[in-house]
Amino acid sequence: MSDLTLRPPRTAGTARPRPGSRAGLLRAVLVRLGTALLVLLCTATVSFFLVRLSGDPVKVLLPPDATAAQEHALRASLGLDRPLISQYLDFLWGLLHFDFGTSITYNEPVRQVLADRLPATLELAAAALVVTLVIALPAGIVAAMRRGRASDRGIMTGVLLGQSTPPFWVGILLILVFAVGLHALPASGYGTFANLVLPAVTLSVYSVAVVARLLRSSLIDVLTSDHIRTARAKGFGPVKTVLTHGLRNASLPVVTVIGLEVGSLLGGAILTERVFSWPGVGQLTIEAISNRDFPLVQATVLFFAATFVVVNLLVDLSYSLLDPRVRTSR
Amino acid sequence: MTLTSPAAPAAAPARPAARGRRPAVPAALLRNRLAAVALAVLAVLLVAAVFAPLLAPDDPNAQDLLMRLKPPAWQHGGSAAHLLGTDQLGRDMLSRVVYGTRVSLLVGAGAALLAGVIGTVIGLAAGYFGGWPDRVLMRLADVQLAFPSILLALAIVGFFGSGLWYVILVLGITGWVSYARVVRSEVMSLRSRDFVTEARAIGVTDVAIMRRHLLPNVMAPLATIGTLHVAAAIVAEASLSYLGLGVPKETVTWGSMLADGQLYLGTSWWVAVFPGIALMLTSLAVNITGDALRDVADPKAYRR
Amino acid sequence: MTTDRQMTSDQPRTAGAPVTAGPPTTEPVLEIDGLNVDFRLDTTTVHAVRGVSLRLAQGETLAVVGESGSGKTATALSVLRLNPQPPCVYAGGRILFEGRDLLTVPDKELGRIRGSDIAMVFQDPMTSLDPLRRVGVQVAEVLRHHQGLSRAAARAAALEALDEVGVPDPERRFRQYPHELSGGLRQRVMIAGALVGRPRVLIADEPTTALDVTVQRQILDLLVSLQQRHGMAVLLITHDLGVVAETADRVAVMHQGRVVETGDVLDVFERPADDYTRRLLAATPRLELA
Repeated sequence: MSDLTLRPPRTAGTARPRPGSRAGLLRAVLVRLGTALLVLLCTATVSFFLVRLSGDPVKVLLPPDATAAQEHALRASLGLDRPLISQYLDFLWGLLHFDFGTSITYNEPVRQVLADRLPATLELAAAALVVTLVIALPAGIVAAMRRGRASDRGIMTGVLLGQSTPPFWVGILLILVFAVGLHALPASGYGTFANLVLPAVTLSVYSVAVVARLLRSSLIDVLTSDHIRTARAKGFGPVKTVLTHGLRNASLPVVTVIGLEVGSLLGGAILTERVFSWPGVGQLTIEAISNRDFPLVQATVLFFAATFVVVNLLVDLSYSLLDPRVRTSR
Repeated sequence: MTLTSPAAPAAAPARPAARGRRPAVPAALLRNRLAAVALAVLAVLLVAAVFAPLLAPDDPNAQDLLMRLKPPAWQHGGSAAHLLGTDQLGRDMLSRVVYGTRVSLLVGAGAALLAGVIGTVIGLAAGYFGGWPDRVLMRLADVQLAFPSILLALAIVGFFGSGLWYVILVLGITGWVSYARVVRSEVMSLRSRDFVTEARAIGVTDVAIMRRHLLPNVMAPLATIGTLHVAAAIVAEASLSYLGLGVPKETVTWGSMLADGQLYLGTSWWVAVFPGIALMLTSLAVNITGDALRDVADPKAYRR
Repeated sequence: MTTDRQMTSDQPRTAGAPVTAGPPTTEPVLEIDGLNVDFRLDTTTVHAVRGVSLRLAQGETLAVVGESGSGKTATALSVLRLNPQPPCVYAGGRILFEGRDLLTVPDKELGRIRGSDIAMVFQDPMTSLDPLRRVGVQVAEVLRHHQGLSRAAARAAALEALDEVGVPDPERRFRQYPHELSGGLRQRVMIAGALVGRPRVLIADEPTTALDVTVQRQILDLLVSLQQRHGMAVLLITHDLGVVAETADRVAVMHQGRVVETGDVLDVFERPADDYTRRLLAATPRLELA
């Protein structure tokens, strides 16, 4: 499979994308795009049939004492009385126009409901990204440069803890300490900077651990390579050597794994939003599933899949920014 | 993910080494000790899960509304009858934490086992036959990997209803990719080796070759992935239960206890903290064990 | 080529007594004195360099020759303390440069010497250049680091250096990445990066080993001509006696961490005093001495 994609296989932690011929590159790009579309189509299809196979939504939506006439009316208004295949085709046709139908609980276009919740999620994700970079980059660099010393061991212990701790437990602990104990930050709510702090930290714990650990191991690999010795021979100090000749080289495998970890991060976002009652797409997803608001479920599931796909396309793109051997393949 | 690092030992032949043995070095020692502690924790958890009815002082679902939200025994207002206090319905926290071990370990082991079987079969097939089966299966792996599995789990469990077996099934079905990839690459490198060629030459069937010659060679990496997957599945189950979409309400799980406990954080910290500690300890112990396994199975990868 | 060297060689050749290697008439620019280098591995300690003493005079080329594992590369890397620590330990001896012991000068001071007073060219130009940065930048960064030159000034100097080492179309090559260059060109870029700081000592660790045979000759020619033009002292590490014959004034033969014989190239080649040297010479096919 690695011959078909730009990405190195998962097991090869430090492998870099091979430069291919120009035709090979084009082919790889097309395969990536094709896979992306396939993923979206599969997601849409699975979510479509899943919500319909799981029982009659009408039965769930109406109170138990509803009459047959009421049932029939609701079924017709939801379009559920038509053959499954025509519902499916309509659904796909709608997707092409970014039309996801109407939310049952909100009685609004799903697109609108989603758009209302999107800013909160983006805000949270951006903040968590900043926290991740600010903590994980220095931590990974220090651990790699001071390998085996106390600082390395301390950082790696933190990494192990961070990777093993589910985000909702992190969130609850933070609330206990900073909201209940110290009264320093709000336990929930949305709008101010103070509201953002705990959710952002909660969401970033796992990614900090992943990025720091990977950066460390990949930097350790890079630091033993010949061109690092060249930089040292030029008179560069250890820090300057790492920053100019190590970090970028070490970031390739890190970027790869970030792409693969997006799924976990999205799951973390859903949980984090739940812990802090954050009014984002994650909370909306849980709500929609609990309420059996199936157009909304389909749309939110698709939204997360699309996020995954887009991030991974960006990851592939970033190879060519980071690695000239991909860019100028000859 | 290592707690220690390989470079440390080099300069420190501190203690006299036994003849013919590697000098005992602090880092390696710590690593082994850590793994030993983790294994001990796992053993305790396993005992707790199996003998929960004997160990738990109370029925985990027995409510006592007169004893609501009692603090742990060592705090003011606590009693020896409820060592870890009681929850909002007066249920004994200690009993609930002990019973919670059952679901966690069952889901963790079950999901890892199911995913391991699926992944191994797919990986064997893809690696052994190559060609178009390989291409199709690996493309499937790409798609599966791209699909946010927690979301799939959420949707399935949310719509089909809660249930222990649903959770195991979903986490098992969505977790096969890493097993398949490892098995495939191992098998591909073994396929052309002499002992396989010879076996084929004397007419041994494909299935027999896979079972007798290929499978034993991939057991070590499989055990590593499996262990790490157990931790992932335990956390995933707890996440679903926390969201109220996992197993039914009357089943005791750490995730749902955490969700309950969060509501009483302001007054009764223990309702959330004890299941949280249990969950973190379990996941930590399994992860450490998995890391140690990887170090043993693949010394080259020990610093990844 | 060899005649070329001899014509401009200003080194008086001391005849006879090759083992003791009579001191050059000029003050040595670099003096290695009783160097011991250990590699402390998990189970054992390898004594890679055992009491090596070498003197490198102003403007001369001293070749250190030996098989792999003889300690010649460890010796060369010791000059700039570039052996990986751990596992390497500098267990004894001194390396004197301008009155300072390079084994004990503080890191900061060593940093000022590296790349500026003493520069290195490594064996494998494929891996010794940073694959992700333009080759011109990797040459220019030496000047920016040591002399604080502006980007433009460093670029101009780097272009000049690339031109000097025979990189055709330096403007274009400056912007290219290592993978776009042939092995010979990459080694030229490495040499430009070493040369651009105008070092007094150039240490070349098997500079031609990784290259095609035809390219090897060109790179050796380049090193010799640069040495003569800039009057650098060159410490050339090699396993190839042919290379020694073509480039060096003096040679030190290393075997199992020790220097077994030192002397003028001609003397050593014609009248090897050490048994190992003799076997080494006998194993080298058709040596063409000038």
